[in-house]
Amino acid sequence: MSTPNSQLWEVFIRSRNGLAHKHVGSLHAADATLAMQAARDIYTRRGEGLSIWIIPSNAIVASDPADKEMMFEPSLSKVYRHPTFYEVPEDVGHM
Amino acid sequence: MAVASISVNESPLVLYALRRADDALILGHRLSEWCGHAPMLEEDMALANIGLDLIGQARELYSYAGKVEGVGNDEDRLAYLRDVRQYRNLLLVEQPNGDFACTIIRQFLYSAFADLYWRAMMTSSDATLAAIAAKSEKESAYHLRHSAEWVIRLGDGTAESHRRAQAALDDLWAFTGELFHVDGSDRSLIADDVVIDPERLRSAWNATITGVVQTATLTLPAGNWMQKGGRSGNHSEHLGHLLSELQSLQRSFPGAAW
Repeated sequence: MSTPNSQLWEVFIRSRNGLAHKHVGSLHAADATLAMQAARDIYTRRGEGLSIWIIPSNAIVASDPADKEMMFEPSLSKVYRHPTFYEVPEDVGHM
Repeated sequence: MAVASISVNESPLVLYALRRADDALILGHRLSEWCGHAPMLEEDMALANIGLDLIGQARELYSYAGKVEGVGNDEDRLAYLRDVRQYRNLLLVEQPNGDFACTIIRQFLYSAFADLYWRAMMTSSDATLAAIAAKSEKESAYHLRHSAEWVIRLGDGTAESHRRAQAALDDLWAFTGELFHVDGSDRSLIADDVVIDPERLRSAWNATITGVVQTATLTLPAGNWMQKGGRSGNHSEHLGHLLSELQSLQRSFPGAAW
């Protein structure tokens, strides 16, 4: 529940097997300290992670869905940007 | 009540484990009463998490008490089939939830002690108690951090939250003396390094409480008259009501499982 004293935060968790922090959801909290505790209590109850990032939701700059065609369609026709056009020498092994 | 209470042979070690198990079960049950009722979803989860930690601690301590007693009383029988006068928990943990400030102050006063206590108990000469202490200490450290942050925010928040936090501190302060209770039964265990003397922790506990209370702009109550009785089964009126709910299923349907 949102109240005048609580703002929205986005939560990112890095799982046990490493890799990057992934967005897992959001929560309400009055400040960063309480947001971190709430993230721990809500999103790591089943051993999901070893590191938490939290970010005020209003700090995120998002693309406008109305700009979808302008933003993303031009790349669809440029398949040559995928690395599948290169022959990888066998000695390089797994990339 | 369809099922009679069991009787427990309270040797010093059994009594010790029951006292700590009862603290954890009763406080855990109190926190479970918040489930679905907390001021916000995030805190609903946080209180339930702390309650589950405590009930987990209670299970291990009851199991150990039953094993030491050695007559077949398991964790369920010890939790569900002892009457109110057989419960050995601190009066502090059975106090009603009250408002959110009251629940947080109660948790803070207990966790500030439990964190120090379990850390010190990791050196117990009893391997089982040392292992339970090591697990409980990590949990208690978070309970302390969580409740202390809320004490600061309630005390140093609005006029209303300050008033409620101060009222809770004033109401619950007289129950803190019992945290350091030691009787003859404990002394034999202390002499054998099975358990620690809680008096060792008093100055550190005072420092934790004083620091957080000052940051929260609250005032420690001046009175030093302390309530006691829980450790020997003399409880406030609230525990009987709590147990009637906690035990009703096993009392009405003995051995019910699902």
